[in-house]
Amino acid sequence: MGGQTGFGPVPVGESGDPPFAADWEARVYALATMLRRRGVFNSDELRNAIERLPPDRYLAASYYERWLAAIEMLVREKGVLP
Amino acid sequence: MTGHDDLPVAARTRQLEERLIAAGLTSDDEIDEFLTRLYTKASPVNGARMVARAWTDPRYRDLLLSDGDAGAAEMGFGDLTYGLRVVPNTGSAHNVIVCTLCSCYPVSLLGPSPGWYKSFAYRSRTVREPRAVLAEFGLALPPDTGITVWDSTSEARYMVLPARPDGTGELAEDDLAALVTRNGLIGTALL
Repeated sequence: MGGQTGFGPVPVGESGDPPFAADWEARVYALATMLRRRGVFNSDELRNAIERLPPDRYLAASYYERWLAAIEMLVREKGVLP
Repeated sequence: MTGHDDLPVAARTRQLEERLIAAGLTSDDEIDEFLTRLYTKASPVNGARMVARAWTDPRYRDLLLSDGDAGAAEMGFGDLTYGLRVVPNTGSAHNVIVCTLCSCYPVSLLGPSPGWYKSFAYRSRTVREPRAVLAEFGLALPPDTGITVWDSTSEARYMVLPARPDGTGELAEDDLAALVTRNGLIGTALL
């Protein structure tokens, strides 16, 4: 979190049941795993891409929106799609 | 930014998926199989079974604490590359896990991570004020209990070995496993 503070109390009620709030979140999680298996990127590259999102976008996005944007960014940068 | 960034997230996800499938990088079947396994196999029941075994078998406890991946493999959770480190709670020492960078977590052994584990608040505050964070979970530790915070990475993931509750000497291993909670394995609850 880069040393930032001020995010308030922990949302302890977000128990993770169900683990994904919507089907697209599960698909994003799965796509990230598949692309790691294929060697397109590794976990650190994904995390680094998440952290490279513009700060306003990063803070406004939900957790899996950040993952989706990071995967889109990496796929572009790696040139793996025609 | 390309144009599809303006689409709703579900449509963007579907578009990305279709392009990856068309490029031969994955398939619908592979994704479905992965998600089915995630929903049916990845569960804190797995971590709980490891804890119950460690409580009842000193040899297994030693293995689990010295080589977490090997301890998981012995219980049938093989092929993990977590660099799993299992950290034991005692009466005077408490452990809690976090991932300040993002959300590294031993999903196979604990199930998909809870929303709060991925929240900015948990990630930023657990390393600064763990006692206050644990209090928000209703866990008030004595002031003389030391707290160690373990920050996960893609190379090292953690699981807490909770202290065995008093008065459980007669219980069989399966009954002991049933006492172990997901939050107990993260360190945000006692058993």
